[in-house]
Amino acid sequence: MAAPRFWREIPNRYNLIGTRCGNCNKIYFPPRYICPSCRRMGKLEPYKLERRGKVVSYTVVYVGANGFEDQVPYLLAIVELKEGPRLTAQITDCNPSEVKIGDEVELVFRRMGEENADGILYYGYKARLI
Amino acid sequence: MDVGIVGYGVYIPKYRIRVEDIAKVWGDDPARIEHGLMVCEKSVPGPDEDTATISVEAARNAVKQAGINPQDIGAVYVGSESHPYAVKPTATIVAEAIEATPHLMAADYEFACKGGTAGIQTCMGAVEAGMMKYGMAVGADTAQGAPGDALEYTAAAGGAAFIIGKNGGGTLATIEGTYSYTTDTPDFWRREGGAYPKHGGRFTGKPAYFKHVLAAAHALLRELQLSPKDFAYATFHQPNGKFPLQAAEELGFTKEQVLPGLLSPTIGNTYSGAPMLGLAAILDQARPGDRILVVSYGSGAGSDAFSIVVKDDIEGKRNSAPKVADYINKKIYIDYPTYAKYRSLLVR
Amino acid sequence: MRDVAVIGVGITKFGELWDVSFRQMMIESGARAIEDAKIDGKQIDAMYVGNMSAGQLIRQEHISSLIVDHAGLVPIPSTRVEGACASGGLALRQAVIAVASGIHDFVVAAGIEKMTDVLAEQATWELAAAADQEWEVYEGATFPGLYALMARRHMYEFGTTEEQMAMVAVKNHHNACLNPCAQYHMEVTVDSVLNSSPVALPLKLLDCSPITDGAACVIVAPAEKARKFNDTPILIAGTGQASDNISLHSRPSLTALRATSEAAKKAYKMAGVGPNNIDLAEVHDCFTIAEIMAIEDLDFCKKGEGGKVTQEGETAIGGRISVNTSGGLKGKGHPVGATGIAQAVEIVQQLRGEAGKRQVNGAEVGLAHNVGGSGGTAVVHIFRRGD
Repeated sequence: MAAPRFWREIPNRYNLIGTRCGNCNKIYFPPRYICPSCRRMGKLEPYKLERRGKVVSYTVVYVGANGFEDQVPYLLAIVELKEGPRLTAQITDCNPSEVKIGDEVELVFRRMGEENADGILYYGYKARLI
Repeated sequence: MDVGIVGYGVYIPKYRIRVEDIAKVWGDDPARIEHGLMVCEKSVPGPDEDTATISVEAARNAVKQAGINPQDIGAVYVGSESHPYAVKPTATIVAEAIEATPHLMAADYEFACKGGTAGIQTCMGAVEAGMMKYGMAVGADTAQGAPGDALEYTAAAGGAAFIIGKNGGGTLATIEGTYSYTTDTPDFWRREGGAYPKHGGRFTGKPAYFKHVLAAAHALLRELQLSPKDFAYATFHQPNGKFPLQAAEELGFTKEQVLPGLLSPTIGNTYSGAPMLGLAAILDQARPGDRILVVSYGSGAGSDAFSIVVKDDIEGKRNSAPKVADYINKKIYIDYPTYAKYRSLLVR
Repeated sequence: MRDVAVIGVGITKFGELWDVSFRQMMIESGARAIEDAKIDGKQIDAMYVGNMSAGQLIRQEHISSLIVDHAGLVPIPSTRVEGACASGGLALRQAVIAVASGIHDFVVAAGIEKMTDVLAEQATWELAAAADQEWEVYEGATFPGLYALMARRHMYEFGTTEEQMAMVAVKNHHNACLNPCAQYHMEVTVDSVLNSSPVALPLKLLDCSPITDGAACVIVAPAEKARKFNDTPILIAGTGQASDNISLHSRPSLTALRATSEAAKKAYKMAGVGPNNIDLAEVHDCFTIAEIMAIEDLDFCKKGEGGKVTQEGETAIGGRISVNTSGGLKGKGHPVGATGIAQAVEIVQQLRGEAGKRQVNGAEVGLAHNVGGSGGTAVVHIFRRGD
């Protein structure tokens, strides 16, 4: 991922800035730029979500995604944030056997990878059991 | 000077490796190492952690504990000897992640293990001069220990962030004074592009660590007209468990004053994080009115000494973010092969 | 709107086709389809080609032009259709719409994927391009990982077991043994599936469809003209397509693919049939859990009962509804862009009575179900004997 593409999403990845529709109050993370319900009537504005949620589902990945091969086996989960939206995130710093559906998690700031050995570093969120 | 600590936050990674598991690999006697260094295990950063991620969690904890608006932070300085980039600051990553951008000053510091305390001094000056309301100084490292070298037993990972502000604005401790002693002393260094630092063996003791730590401490005490008995606590830079106890003894401090801030036995040497984590551990338990001496040491070489007096506000504030003990006690042990993988000694 | 029928089908062997190139595969399946249809190539009016990833896998875009050129069919209009793993099904739908509307008469719907010219890791990596790059793949999600998230939730909500998922693989490998074109001609057992190496738990190696080369081709024509070529033209009685959020985390349910149910509803309505009228179905079993969810979403059974239904043998050849008689993606192979067309080939052969040892006796109505990505696209076609 080239620098501009990563940089553009820094507020979203670092600080969980999503969007909220000023018309129907629905909160979106990852951010959306059209409210699917309100469409032309929608007014999307930046909205900061709290870094808390719970595990809706999880898997233990043994055949890793590009850039994550050295971290296998790693936990990948769908987390439902306090405010409602769900996101996909790894669960870090824990043993796969410790995780259950329904567990509370917080989102922490972690290194997600690098463009290559000479390239920029990517940061973002991962979940951690509370 | 009328400045103090508005809030502080720490972070120590969860993974630990025992001295005995390292000793086994190199054929060293673990008992001799543990006794000689007074370290029995050290913290290890996970594969998704680095100085930036450690600094961010510590900084976020500090902002939460201080209860301030991050937009009022006028500067962020991150001191480390393991910045993720050689060129591109860690401070901007931290500033962005605590939502302090864009109206602030920022830079990275390097002064071996005292880059963080140097940042505290800069913040003190700028706040006192009225340049900004609050300044944040972070000291954090994911220290590199060459395989088979003595430093491998102690090179650890962790960090702490301190927010400095005017006492009138609400602080939990006041900094009554600071003094630095600096010379050009090549006791420990790492060349550009080098993977691991090198050191001068026994040269790192008397002419380096002890000369600067003792000089800075003496000078600060003299300037403030204080003596060891005026202090409830003292914490000296802790590359291992032995040096700080020796420095304490030479200065006339007791073991009881030093032990609460002595973390290296259980987490190793967190380098730029060490003096600030030691101070944080003390602040986690100190009572209003307690006076604390902090003396950092950075190879190359220099020491920053601080005299800090705890205020009433501390009782309310310090429970709103995780304490040093919370991170020390949350741990998972790993073996040497896993350690080697996490520290990129084994690369596919 | 005119009725549409399939007048010819052609398919290559599926597998690791080291000796055969991308263009050779397409020509081979196309030639077989034309021969099967007993028409002259010059009668073809247009072609739609489904392909997911030629750009990444063989560095070739503009394959619409490449294929029509090497088929010797310039200057007819040729269009490449992409919808991840649903590319083939989408190409078929485009062909059906072109014929139904009256714009074209004889239209080729083809599908092709050449996956083994790169290392397996890279082919797997390219498949992940079907997921949300910014918010799924950036987080370390893999394709098996996304379906594993669905599987875990399905197990949690309905008590589906890994054994039941394994039974999908057992059935489909058994069926593949009866299919000369299939990639795998080996039986597997529940135990061998359960003991296969972990990919993204609860999915293991034998829960996952393989990396495959292959091409398939069908020729569609107006039904009224089809009888000139064939005694039993196979009508495409219904077509339905629907979309859903690209990311799994955006959907309200992790255990149902809304795109499948929506597409199926439209296809059933257009064909004037219901799920009970379907004799056999080729469903999108990219992973074993996908077949379990598919038979629920296609309304062959209640939501949550897909595992039980499989366990009780209802989806075996000759069962209440024969599912994936070809071996499915699991046993036959999954050359991504070709799959949707290969499914159509199987249904047509079955309805003609040409399915040999896999034949479902008295098959009258068949259904093909093709999904893109983790469910962002789905397309369903219903076929009926034309007599």
